[in-house]
Amino acid sequence: MAKGEIVAGCLAPHPPHLVYAENPSQNEPVAEGGWEQLRWGYERLRESLKDVDYDAIVVLSPHWQTYIGTHFLGLENFQSLSVDPIFPNLFRYHYDMNVDVELAKQIHDKAQDAGLAVKMMTNPDFRVDYGTITTGHMFRPEWDKPLVVISSNRSRAYYSVEVMQEMMMELGRVTREAIFESGKKVVVLASNSLSHRHFTTESKIPEDMSKEHITSHAMHLWDMRMIDYMKSGQCQRLIDEMPEFTEQAIAETDGGAFTWLLSTLEVPDYPAILHGYGTIIGTGNAIVEWPVYQHKGE
Amino acid sequence: MSGGEIVESFVVPVHPHTVLAPQQNEGWAKLRAAYDEAADIITNSGADLLIIYSTTWPSIIGHQIISDPNPEWVMVDHDFHDLGSINYSFNIDAEFAAMWNTENHSRGLQSRCVNYRGFPIDVGSVVALTLLNPDNKIPAVIVSSNVYADRSETTVLAKSCRDLVKKTGRKAVAITAMSLSNRMFTEHIEAKDDRIHSLKDDEWNRKILEFLKEGRLEDVGQLSRTIQQQIRVQKVVNFKPMWWLSAMNENRNDLTGEVLAYEAIHGAGCAVVHLNPTPSGAGDKEYDEDEVEVFSGERGVLDNIVSIEAEKTPTASDSGPELWDPTNAEGSVNTDAAPKPVGAYPHARRVGDLLYLSGVGPRQPGTNAIPGGPIHDGEGKSLDYDIKAQTHAVIDNISRILEEAGSSIDNVLDVTSFLIDMDRDFKGYNEVWAETLGKVGPTRTTLAIRALPTPIAVEMKVIAKV
Repeated sequence: MAKGEIVAGCLAPHPPHLVYAENPSQNEPVAEGGWEQLRWGYERLRESLKDVDYDAIVVLSPHWQTYIGTHFLGLENFQSLSVDPIFPNLFRYHYDMNVDVELAKQIHDKAQDAGLAVKMMTNPDFRVDYGTITTGHMFRPEWDKPLVVISSNRSRAYYSVEVMQEMMMELGRVTREAIFESGKKVVVLASNSLSHRHFTTESKIPEDMSKEHITSHAMHLWDMRMIDYMKSGQCQRLIDEMPEFTEQAIAETDGGAFTWLLSTLEVPDYPAILHGYGTIIGTGNAIVEWPVYQHKGE
Repeated sequence: MSGGEIVESFVVPVHPHTVLAPQQNEGWAKLRAAYDEAADIITNSGADLLIIYSTTWPSIIGHQIISDPNPEWVMVDHDFHDLGSINYSFNIDAEFAAMWNTENHSRGLQSRCVNYRGFPIDVGSVVALTLLNPDNKIPAVIVSSNVYADRSETTVLAKSCRDLVKKTGRKAVAITAMSLSNRMFTEHIEAKDDRIHSLKDDEWNRKILEFLKEGRLEDVGQLSRTIQQQIRVQKVVNFKPMWWLSAMNENRNDLTGEVLAYEAIHGAGCAVVHLNPTPSGAGDKEYDEDEVEVFSGERGVLDNIVSIEAEKTPTASDSGPELWDPTNAEGSVNTDAAPKPVGAYPHARRVGDLLYLSGVGPRQPGTNAIPGGPIHDGEGKSLDYDIKAQTHAVIDNISRILEEAGSSIDNVLDVTSFLIDMDRDFKGYNEVWAETLGKVGPTRTTLAIRALPTPIAVEMKVIAKV
């Protein structure tokens, strides 16, 4: 069997506002647009990868929060209605997604061998979290590739950002190895925002862009600092500064997805492509691609 | 006045084990038995409303209240999905939910009702309602736990609910779905090996339960931040359900408490605690923080966004006269819990055993908002308004002034009411009167007048005994 490969890795945030603003047929609410900077960013990401062949998408979502280890969706298909418990006015999405259970189990088994607490999720009534669905829709609205869905182990809440990073670095390593051994071509997605301080009020028209901005200058400075590291290929500095960033920017990197992504990509030292940056209800969000396929053999 | 009241309160655990797997562990079975005992207490209390504050439903845009009359779905826990699924179909008091939402806004809170098919009711609420109300006989309301809310916001949320319970004559049960120590084992354990995660957590849990057993609920509320630091994983901001439950119970320390069970679920401290309002005779209440009535914001970003919000609620001060600090002549009674005067006078004045109140309108303390809406806008254009909401608010303000004076609404002797539109408003005003002061029995005179100083439709002049 040919060696598997990771063709690309992406930071692909999941605020449900993006799906709401797109008005896809699967989502019940109707919007007048909004958050175009980010939606155009997703368009550029999709365009960038349209000629790249891959078999599956592996996504780690901060909104499937597990406190007892890391869990993996373990059934081949999930269909239901996903209603966001925080923004139900914006996101009521009818989903139908396929799972690459074989690859999920391979990553699960390797993680278990590495000493991480893991579990396969095989309850057919389980509702897939809206973070996974939003990232899945925005990244590939056709839903024609199977996904591997990994939960967010909240070790940052139990221990510290440092412990979270250690565990996610290990999970990233075994994810990479499992992909290589699977013989499959895969895209890996971290479904998280950057700075994550929300506004606590919502405009009468949620998509009224005259009300949208970052919550504070400090959050903006942190987001720009991290994006500069991504654009200049300094991912080790991202890892090094993750504890300060996570705490000071109340960043959604606390869920571990970003650290896991960087580890899966072997902490890239080549520049990432910034497809878009924007705020959603005050939080900072970037759409970033590490085009691994362009750096084979480096 | 025979208004509504909180007839019972409970602390209950959130994890699905008590529903799906009580037989797998002796402690889980004890928690289930305690849940069943709590359900019997509720049935025998004559309650007609269950109010759940759930820590497993976080929200960001203020607080959210379920208002779907019959939410139905299947709940699967994110961690304990291998235990199985819980089908639910609940009976929600949508009318109360809507009124609570309105009350929240009048006190400066962000709040909204949630009524969408398929909305995922959180695990804590599903477990609590499934076990405490198995036949759905008693309607319920469920409110979220805002991730950014601290003490004042959580307290005001409870007070707006508590006052509504009184106003609507409900017999309500207040329930917090929560863990004590919330640190679970981070790896899978066998059911038989379950225990409290650490000795330190166990000691703190037992101290909390000792307080609750003595009915010292406000003391636990005042220790909330300390408890959060000592035994809580930082999943949420502060140990806030105790703020809510304490405020629902008038911030008392002399309730009658009973611990029905205390056990571990996957390491977390889980208890079923029963609190009855009957005074236990123990403990004086003692506040170490302001007794806040109205939320005016304690988060940096809130101030920022509010300043650019155009659609704020019209207030009396938008189009009315200047507000004054109340005067302080001998015998004066003044309180921050009543709206500021529009001239140089006190809220009330005591002479002997009698209290003479200045004319009281519906304006809200702090925000100056008018429940039911003002009668006209800043340019004098007439607006539709709700006379019943205004009348309720007047009586609430009277009640707060009397309580500040050491009296109560039950001691009102004589009322002179002023209506700016007798034809339109007398019926609604009279209905609210009958439900409230009418049951107390003061003498009453109702007059039609051309206008009042602020854009309100009703004002009352009260004499009461101390």
